[in-house]
Amino acid sequence: MLPIGHYLFLGLALFIVGVIGVVTRRNVIVVLMSIELILNAVNINLVAFSRLYGDVAGQVFALFIIADAAAEAAVGLGIIIAFFRNRETVLADEMDLLKW
Amino acid sequence: MPLRILMLDQVIFYFFAAIAVVSAILTVTRRNVVHSAIFLITALLATAGIFLQLRAEFLFIVQIILYVGGIMVLFVFVIMLVNLDVAVRQLQFARQKWVAMLISLALAAQVGLMLWSTGKMPGQGMPVLVAAPVDKLPPNSEAVARSLFESYLLPFEIASVLLLVAMIGAVVMAKKRA
Repeated sequence: MLPIGHYLFLGLALFIVGVIGVVTRRNVIVVLMSIELILNAVNINLVAFSRLYGDVAGQVFALFIIADAAAEAAVGLGIIIAFFRNRETVLADEMDLLKW
Repeated sequence: MPLRILMLDQVIFYFFAAIAVVSAILTVTRRNVVHSAIFLITALLATAGIFLQLRAEFLFIVQIILYVGGIMVLFVFVIMLVNLDVAVRQLQFARQKWVAMLISLALAAQVGLMLWSTGKMPGQGMPVLVAAPVDKLPPNSEAVARSLFESYLLPFEIASVLLLVAMIGAVVMAKKRA
């Protein structure tokens, strides 16, 4: 018997922590992990509303988001490995090859 | 519905929610990336507990197998491949504290506005999730499978193409230059 707001607040808290991580951390791996946190927060909201309305469509969309997260993690970590091979760093503000 | 079961529902929710928030904060603030990864795994497992509390058993198991068992293992592998001894000793936070604070305040203000306006709505205000009767729980995996393979068959196929593209992209990215 929990109001839906409890779940929304949990999702909001995780989302904000993730956004703070994305904006402030220099280490790109931690930035990617924060993005996973954000996607997870969205999943909590989707599943809570799916339960509220008794419709499994929300859970199906949460599944799609998990698949997206897997794809994003694979490509992102591939980019990190390729970049580390070239520049020997994982810090976001040293990735300035496009800056001139 | 006996009162004790209602209480249990809330206790489970607050337990997992507290674990999820605390370990999310630790994920973002730890200096060592391996510690961040461990705390992220804890946060994802706690979210899996929330899913179970919401009676989404299929997502619960997918979360554990795919997120914790798949994605996080990938992260830990990359952390192992990338030499981080230098990075740990450097400054961990970019100087963007005020940007982060501004963005989070804007998000929190949006949700506060939403909650405030639901309180003023005519009717009962915030909708409440009622605990489902235990003997009448619908088969969750079956319902998800029906929805996934009937209503959402095309998005499902598109997701498989996306995963194929991501796989090829990851291989090309991580490949050594010839």
